[in-house]
Amino acid sequence: MASERIRRFSRTERLAHWWLAATTGLMTVTGAFLYFPALAQLLDRPTAKLLHLVAAIALPAGWLLLTLVGDHRALGRTLRDADRLDDDDLKWLSGGPRRLVNRDDEPPQGRLNAGQKLNLMVTLGLMVVLGVTGVLLWLGERDTTYRFAGSVHVHDLATLALTFLVAGHLYLALLHPTTSPALEGMTGGSVDREWARRHHAKWVAAEEASGAAEEPAEPAVLATGSERLPER
Amino acid sequence: MNSDRGIPLGRAAFLGTVVAGIGGIALTSRFSGAVSSAMSGVAGAIPVVKEIAPTKGWRIYAVNPPMPVFDPASYKLELGGIVDNARTLTWDEVAALPTELQVSDFHCVTGWSVNGVQWQGIRPRTIVDLCRPTAVTTHVTFFSSEHPYMDQLTLDQFLEADVMLATGMDGRPVPRAHGAPLRLVVPRMYGYKGVKWVNAIRFDPGPVFGYWEQRGYDIDAWVGDSNGL
Ligand code: HEM
Repeated sequence: MASERIRRFSRTERLAHWWLAATTGLMTVTGAFLYFPALAQLLDRPTAKLLHLVAAIALPAGWLLLTLVGDHRALGRTLRDADRLDDDDLKWLSGGPRRLVNRDDEPPQGRLNAGQKLNLMVTLGLMVVLGVTGVLLWLGERDTTYRFAGSVHVHDLATLALTFLVAGHLYLALLHPTTSPALEGMTGGSVDREWARRHHAKWVAAEEASGAAEEPAEPAVLATGSERLPER
Repeated sequence: MNSDRGIPLGRAAFLGTVVAGIGGIALTSRFSGAVSSAMSGVAGAIPVVKEIAPTKGWRIYAVNPPMPVFDPASYKLELGGIVDNARTLTWDEVAALPTELQVSDFHCVTGWSVNGVQWQGIRPRTIVDLCRPTAVTTHVTFFSSEHPYMDQLTLDQFLEADVMLATGMDGRPVPRAHGAPLRLVVPRMYGYKGVKWVNAIRFDPGPVFGYWEQRGYDIDAWVGDSNGL
């Protein structure tokens, strides 16, 4: 008999997410201090810049560490999952605007819905763009031959794009009634099974077919090898 | 669900973002002016940092908007401090001083640059000869009619060969957004040292903190060698 909860994110995945959220948050705040010189009265420029650079290095360093000591297969599985969009995903995307209006049922979705898949991939892409332009800006301060006018524009525009993505993400994660139950998956690791069945039907079906992903009796046991989702 | 099913749209979104971003560096370097205008709309929403009419990759900062308006009839340039010959010049007198041309790059501490700006301006030596600072002068302070903006150079820095008090920019009088009618140009230091809308120059016996230095910026704002890591 299936338990009322279903395991959604391993500890490694959750750590990877919260590390991204924490470092990105710090970079956004300190970046605002660097972008708006008038804010320097609240936090001086050298300090803001130090924190900004520390966060920028900490993000990939932390992720690297996680893939070394954590459950790298869980991360790989999620990435592979987000890479592939099947027919239902395409229907989900094309029907999106209409669903907003007449509240049609969504086509059945896997563990991540099509919007989440693209959000994950575009976010990662923006991180690379911000990293490359950030390195160029830093080099440009040392040697003006690396100072391309475009670096700072792209760094700014990518920040703007990321801010819109994250704003939408925060709304869905914290406020929107049908999606906010997902928050428990990112904090404790598991979500309500019935909620998951409604919004990620194919995922729940696959988990139940393989008999895995029962919420373990001991909630403290996280992301051990035996608990990993089955190979698919 | 088999994760090998479906089309690899995820990696396409990832790579598309990366390619657009990297390509965008080249593209927006080319069309820097247009992007600056677009971005200035964003920054313009914040009243303290107003960017008005940016051109060619400039982002215009003013600390106390609206920006000063130049009126040739009432403009005065005060030259004072510990000098033998303190004086106040009218705009006609300033405009009659000898000028030189130079082309130099402009670097902002926030990361943008405008290369190859053509400046026309008065060399520091002309000002120094005019008011004859005494032997105890070590610093020169520049005041802006945009109160309370001011900043300072050492006398030696002021006398560097590429420093000037510009009256012209890219073949026309210095525009309002760039500090009309008179602004300091210090190419090898970040732009915040280049006081705009200069209306007074004071020769001092010691250092004072400029507007941004009071807010944590470095006093010696050498490009590539100041303001943090
Ligand atoms: C306090 C802030 C945040 C909260 C509460 C939050 C919450 C969540 C939750 C609940 C999920 C899982 C959704 C699911 O079950 O499918 C999630 C996934 C995700 N989050 Fe966050 N998040 C935060 C900040 C961020 C930030 C700053 C970023 C990016 C810079 C980010 C990027 C992502 C990505 C890429 C995913 C996976 C794909 C997706 O669900 O879109 N998150 N987040």
